[in-house]
Amino acid sequence: MSVTTPAAPAPAPAPDVVPDAHHEETGIWSWITTVDHKRIGIMYFITSLLFLGVGGVEALLIRIQLFRPENDFMTPELYNQLFTMHGTTMIFLVAMPMAVAFFNYVVPLQIGARDVAFPRLNALSYWIYLFGGLYMNSSWFVGAAPNTSWVGYANLTSTQYSPGLNVDFWVLGLSILGVSSIMGGVNFITTIINLRAPGMKLMRMPLFTWMTFVTSFLLVTALPVIAVALILLAFDRFYATNFFVASAGGDPVLWQHLFWIFGHPEVYILVLPAFGVISDVIPTFSRKPLFGYPVVVYAGVLIGFIGWGVWSHHMFTSGLGPIADSFFVASTMIIAIPTGVKIFNWMATMWGGSLRFNTAMMFSVGLVGLFTVGGLSGIMHASAPVDLQQHDSYFVVAHFHYVIVGGILLGMFSGVYYWFPKVTGRFMNEKLGQWHFWTTMVGFNLTFFPMHFSGMYGQPRRTWTYQAGMNVELFNQLSTIGGFILGVSTLIFLWNLWVSARSGEKAGSNPWGALSLEWSIPSPPPHYNFPALPEVRSREPLWNEAERKAIEAVTHTVPDVEPEMPNSSFWPIVVAAGVTLTWALVMTGIWWVPLLGLAFTAFGVYSWAFEDPFAKKASH
Amino acid sequence: MRFARSLLGWISLGLLTACAGEYPQSSVNPASDFAETIHVLYGQIFWWSVGILAVTWAVLVYILVKYRERPDGPPPQQFHGHMGMEIAWTIVPALIVVAIAIPTIQAVFSTQEVPEESLVVEVIGHQYWWEYRYPENGGVITANELHVPVGEPVSLRLHSDDVIHSFWIPQLGGKRDASPLRMRPEGQDLKYNWIHFTAREPGVYWGQCAEFCGESHSLMGMRVVVESREDFEAWLSDLTTGHPEEVTQSQALTAEGGVPTPPVTTVEDPQAQEARQLFLANCSACHAINGVSEAGQIAPNLTLLGRRTTIAAGMMENNVENLVEWISDPQSVKPGALMPGVDYQGGRAPVIWPAFNLTPDQVRTLATYLYSLR
Repeated sequence: MSVTTPAAPAPAPAPDVVPDAHHEETGIWSWITTVDHKRIGIMYFITSLLFLGVGGVEALLIRIQLFRPENDFMTPELYNQLFTMHGTTMIFLVAMPMAVAFFNYVVPLQIGARDVAFPRLNALSYWIYLFGGLYMNSSWFVGAAPNTSWVGYANLTSTQYSPGLNVDFWVLGLSILGVSSIMGGVNFITTIINLRAPGMKLMRMPLFTWMTFVTSFLLVTALPVIAVALILLAFDRFYATNFFVASAGGDPVLWQHLFWIFGHPEVYILVLPAFGVISDVIPTFSRKPLFGYPVVVYAGVLIGFIGWGVWSHHMFTSGLGPIADSFFVASTMIIAIPTGVKIFNWMATMWGGSLRFNTAMMFSVGLVGLFTVGGLSGIMHASAPVDLQQHDSYFVVAHFHYVIVGGILLGMFSGVYYWFPKVTGRFMNEKLGQWHFWTTMVGFNLTFFPMHFSGMYGQPRRTWTYQAGMNVELFNQLSTIGGFILGVSTLIFLWNLWVSARSGEKAGSNPWGALSLEWSIPSPPPHYNFPALPEVRSREPLWNEAERKAIEAVTHTVPDVEPEMPNSSFWPIVVAAGVTLTWALVMTGIWWVPLLGLAFTAFGVYSWAFEDPFAKKASH
Repeated sequence: MRFARSLLGWISLGLLTACAGEYPQSSVNPASDFAETIHVLYGQIFWWSVGILAVTWAVLVYILVKYRERPDGPPPQQFHGHMGMEIAWTIVPALIVVAIAIPTIQAVFSTQEVPEESLVVEVIGHQYWWEYRYPENGGVITANELHVPVGEPVSLRLHSDDVIHSFWIPQLGGKRDASPLRMRPEGQDLKYNWIHFTAREPGVYWGQCAEFCGESHSLMGMRVVVESREDFEAWLSDLTTGHPEEVTQSQALTAEGGVPTPPVTTVEDPQAQEARQLFLANCSACHAINGVSEAGQIAPNLTLLGRRTTIAAGMMENNVENLVEWISDPQSVKPGALMPGVDYQGGRAPVIWPAFNLTPDQVRTLATYLYSLR
């Protein structure tokens, strides 16, 4: 396999013959009704930043409360709501949709498509996500935010032990968000299978598209599992069934199985997109193709498969017995192998390269270094007996923040700095980027590394306070200080986004000298992306001189007649409102009331179905 | 580099041991065979991890320094992969994983092995306290502070009366969930979780509920008192006897119209008598004190309360002042606790019972009495 292409030229930034003659609609209404994948991607991104702010403030309030032992900065009830919403928000309203933002913006451009397969379904996904997130957070305004943790273990969530509206908001909010994710998964599977440009074989796709592909399969298979669990729980709560009520013969542990059969693939839903991002970023700034492309692809696919067989490692304390424990020990340890292989391949990609350390690359390297820490502490609690000590302690909190922040968030940051010039036509400010990177590194490690210690010295997670006698005060104070540094770093990032979008240095179509198709079109791309479909002949289309010229001959022209794109529509918003309303009305507990929401949804779907997607343009 | 190495050394030392200071809830300072098995296993995995991390980071740093962009450097060689390398870094981690998995699976089985003979204690989780029953010792009941003999196998049989809790005494071993028992048409499904351990040294060990169980999950602690066989048996015996009436039955007889008789034993402190009456009138529906009233079974058994080191499930030092605070307003100490306070105006927590109608003096009398139960 060790193919050595003789002296392929270090790709230089392409000359800019970028036409700017295409016509773009402007104005708020054009954004609200848009079905353009790029605009939807931007809206996903901005919305996820908004929720990142919410989840971040929740985290800082938690850290203030834990700054001192036996503190009473807030009540236990408020604390429980904050940590529940912090987890729920960061997973479902930040990490997932931020990845979807990248799917949306980048994937069609990488595969040479004009849009996703179902542009209006895409808009619907976004609006359901927004409305679901707003619905869930509206619980703050009635003082009943969810308060039973992001895993919502039965039977604490039963009406007997959680009589308030808190769990109602959680179970219904997540159900709404699940609809959005499943539709997104369907859309991207279809897009990647059907809309690739001529010559773009599966094994020529950029890694980010590959990981989107794997993630989309996980979305459409894992989300239905939690949907089932949530529906059972909703029936328990609203219609007096007893699926999880032990005193009536139900089984609370069933919830744990269902939740984690979803929950573990969910971890890979979150992390694979980040892996995809850095698999594109690292070769670009090493000026070398990805080392072992097929191995990295297969490793990702393998992770996607094995990810289904490890869920009970979240349940070692629940008493599964030694045989089941051993099985899940083995499967969990096996999944470490493809993950390690990916790390080594990224390092081998950099080996012998010409590494350019701008902010995008630094965040990718940061991921390689810090995700390894989270992976290794993961091996520790893959060992069931060790997990009996570490489970539900701050050690686990440290572990999964190394995975989710050290892995996923750093990957997302890397992707932002990398694709920002494509999206806006401007570079992000490199100086602010460096500040952002280093404050993130310091703040992140200061926040989460000490948690290994507080956990080892016996501090359980999800606790509002700790006793002075436990002697974990120092570690908690370090974490709190680190948390605020991380808060500052996020502000620097937001400021950088704002400044750079308005007055950043202008970037051309391929400012990094990258290899994939999205860099062959103008920055920002015209709404139709590609005037005509380019033909792909290799895995590194823009790094092969002849191929690049052929592609740019197509992508750098201004068509006389713009390709016809689907019309904008406000019906997705109506339908999204209907879906949200239907679930929200379940809260009434009266069986027929949600049917009103369903009727509203049906009205929206009907009207939408009879709207001609190309009508307006056709009449020109 | 030397700084980095010494930093690594300190961090490893800290992660592996309870270095300086007193960490009563430490999971890396084992005091039982169960905890020891885990600790040894953890040590192995820890060093594997440190080794892997050190190698990975060292290579990473080398790459970052060596291959950074140089203005006049030649374009990098374009290579796409190397089958031999791929196989190597698949096989080597696989071997390490096997090296970790074998002792792990041995420990999975050995820590769940049922000892041939052991002291069985039933541990029942409640929102937000622990109940302990000794079925082999006449079913005697206590709460929050578990007593076990040193050097003998103990088997904790765990379940819950409400939601899922998790019993965790880090120095004595790993945690296990206490789950509610399922009702079946044919009766209760007796699927318990078990913790088996043999404590090595006498002492008072700290623990805490480790599964989020509701509003005051954070305030659900416990202690385990590991003591000699003699002390343990003396404690069991005292617990069984409890605090029987030491005073006359004269009042009762008077009430029935009989002739008052002189006290059988010496007259007790009238305050204690008053307190006992207060207890019977206000507390005994839920709480039991062996020898006084054993009807109340839904709240912690208060026999020998004065001997406990803590009250409110490990959350407050046991003294009269704290007892007064706890009895007067349990909701401010432990929100969501089911115990009603004195003149509690409530509404926040699901308090089912009305507030007590007690004067501050009466509360103090009651607290003093409870503290005297030893």
